[in-house]
Amino acid sequence: MAVNQAQLSSAELASALAENPQLKRDPQTFWGMAGQSLRRDKLTLISLGFIALMALLALLAPVFEGAIGIGPDDTNPQNAFAPPYVGPYIQWRTGSDLITAPTMLGKSDGVIHWLGTDQLGRDQLVRLLYGGRVSLGIAFFAAAITLVVGVSVGTIAGFSGGIVDDIIIWFINTVVSIPGIYLLIIVTAIFKPNPGTLTLYLGFLGWFGTARLIRGNVFKVRELDFVLAARSIGATKIRIMAQHVIPNSLPIIIVNAAIDIGVLILVESALSFLGLGVQPPTATWGSMLNRANNFLFLRDPVTGDYSALHLLVAPGLLITLTVLALYLIGDGLRDALDPMMKNTR
Amino acid sequence: MFRYVFRRLLQAIPTLIGVSIISFFLVNSAPGDPILIRTFDPKITEETREILRRQLGLDQPIPIQYISWFTGYSLRPNNVVGEFQSDGVTCRFVALLNTTFCDSGGGIVRGNLGTSISTNQPVWERLVERMPATLELGVAALLASLLLGVPLGVLSAVYQGSIFDNIVRFMAVIFNALPAFWFGLMLIFLFGVVLGWLPTGGRQTVSLTSEFDLVDRLRHLILPTAILAFGGIAGISRFMRTETLEVIRTDYIRTAKAKGLAATSVWFIHALRNALIPLMTILGPSIAGVLTGAVITETIFSWPGMGRLTFSAAVQRDYPMVLGAVMFFSILTILGNLLSDILYGVVDPRVRLS
Repeated sequence: MAVNQAQLSSAELASALAENPQLKRDPQTFWGMAGQSLRRDKLTLISLGFIALMALLALLAPVFEGAIGIGPDDTNPQNAFAPPYVGPYIQWRTGSDLITAPTMLGKSDGVIHWLGTDQLGRDQLVRLLYGGRVSLGIAFFAAAITLVVGVSVGTIAGFSGGIVDDIIIWFINTVVSIPGIYLLIIVTAIFKPNPGTLTLYLGFLGWFGTARLIRGNVFKVRELDFVLAARSIGATKIRIMAQHVIPNSLPIIIVNAAIDIGVLILVESALSFLGLGVQPPTATWGSMLNRANNFLFLRDPVTGDYSALHLLVAPGLLITLTVLALYLIGDGLRDALDPMMKNTR
Repeated sequence: MFRYVFRRLLQAIPTLIGVSIISFFLVNSAPGDPILIRTFDPKITEETREILRRQLGLDQPIPIQYISWFTGYSLRPNNVVGEFQSDGVTCRFVALLNTTFCDSGGGIVRGNLGTSISTNQPVWERLVERMPATLELGVAALLASLLLGVPLGVLSAVYQGSIFDNIVRFMAVIFNALPAFWFGLMLIFLFGVVLGWLPTGGRQTVSLTSEFDLVDRLRHLILPTAILAFGGIAGISRFMRTETLEVIRTDYIRTAKAKGLAATSVWFIHALRNALIPLMTILGPSIAGVLTGAVITETIFSWPGMGRLTFSAAVQRDYPMVLGAVMFFSILTILGNLLSDILYGVVDPRVRLS
């Protein structure tokens, strides 16, 4: 096919194309091929959809607040530990429901708590939405910091080599020798964080792995022939870095970004669960579990049901599903961007 | 071999110094007066505080404080031998430099991790008290993740593409994404609260006699071990699957198959042994992983270990305790990585030369 095309002159080619438009083929680029294989990967697409949905829900939290008619920090001690609103379900099971539904809503002033309320009578759904804002926002922006710092430092280290590289890698190895969670515990215990500062701490304490990864790749790329060619025609170091080295790290950067956000969600929620992350009353998925932890044994005096079960399940499930989706996206992107890896994993 | 070990040991020294500098400066950047935290009693006058501050060396610049914390040697201008000489401290005045040098006999380099503020015990003593609990949990978790992770990974590589392989891979992904604290809470809720089969926390049932009861101890160990190990099971099974698949593709396996060896001896004599070698490289990181996981696991299960000790010290702002504990954990991490490098060099001679 390629031989045939080469034999045709451009005029012949144009007339052949005009005759039969189906012959036209767009050139296949790396990104085009990656996109193609991604479109066939259902699991990754579902995960991408889930993350998009989560982001949308978090962004639209105020709309839901308006629709439900109650804010994330509005307490109602009368209505603490209300179970998820299953009025329609009860109606369907019992046939009629003239007594329970009004009393359920009576305690909550007519507000329907779809996912129940917590120990202060705050609506769990609204808190989860606002918590998603904080949790996803922190993870996303912290991941942005880790990427910017990690890619810059990794590229500089890998590209300069020598003493600069030695110092950078010594620094990274040193910080990495302190188990990360302890470093974060110290920092967050010393400086009580708000969402903004927590993002900074997570970002600036999280770029070491990325930098190492990028550095390794830069070492590989800078020995390749096209870099030699660029250098031989007199391209400056900065131009080589920006034009040749960093674009060649892009697949790694993209895959890493998805997984990084997932890891950061886990770290942030673990810190908030320990009470060191975002401080109450601001809701995050982790801090909501911190509260639920205290009510493991609590049972409803009338029905004997565990009162806090819904508080225990919902935030944790959201964290798990979100992180799972991000990891799956990372895996899918790796398959799409690095087809050689596909069979070995 | 000896040169390789020696070189790796030498490389660990600057790392250790770096760790000490970073953690010391981090902890000392804490806002608030450490003396004021210790002497909250309003009866204590400002002069007393000043004396205490001077005795603890807190009036000196941070770099000098660091040197005295790290080496145990401190220096001060003028002849102040009389003021600082005490039971544990020997001082000498050098007239030429008009400086007094004091040797407290402590310092990180000599294995003294400092003194905890909240109990006034040496940090080392408090860590040693809690060490058996963490060790018990850590060893149990490491064993569980190896004993489950390695066979799962190898088998899923052998039966690549089968239902078993897919289940193992899917489990590994889910285990990776599952937050340990939430999984722990759910297990406590299910097995401890609803079913009542296992204790919800602690290392043993509290009793007046506090006799050693093996069954009771093991029952307490099950849930924390599961929580500390599930991440390791996921990681190791994934790792072993990749390694085994890589080994399967090598020429010597093809040769072994071609010369007509039985499948079992190809798998167990040629493939498995070579696939196990790289496991050495994740031995070090898994020590760090256990130390990291210990904080959360021990906190959820009220396990009296070093992780929970450090966490509560951080919350109580017992900074010397935190600093000492973090130094100790970092040393363990560095030694773990060193050990896994050395072991890797032992089993794979190619590594030593590069």
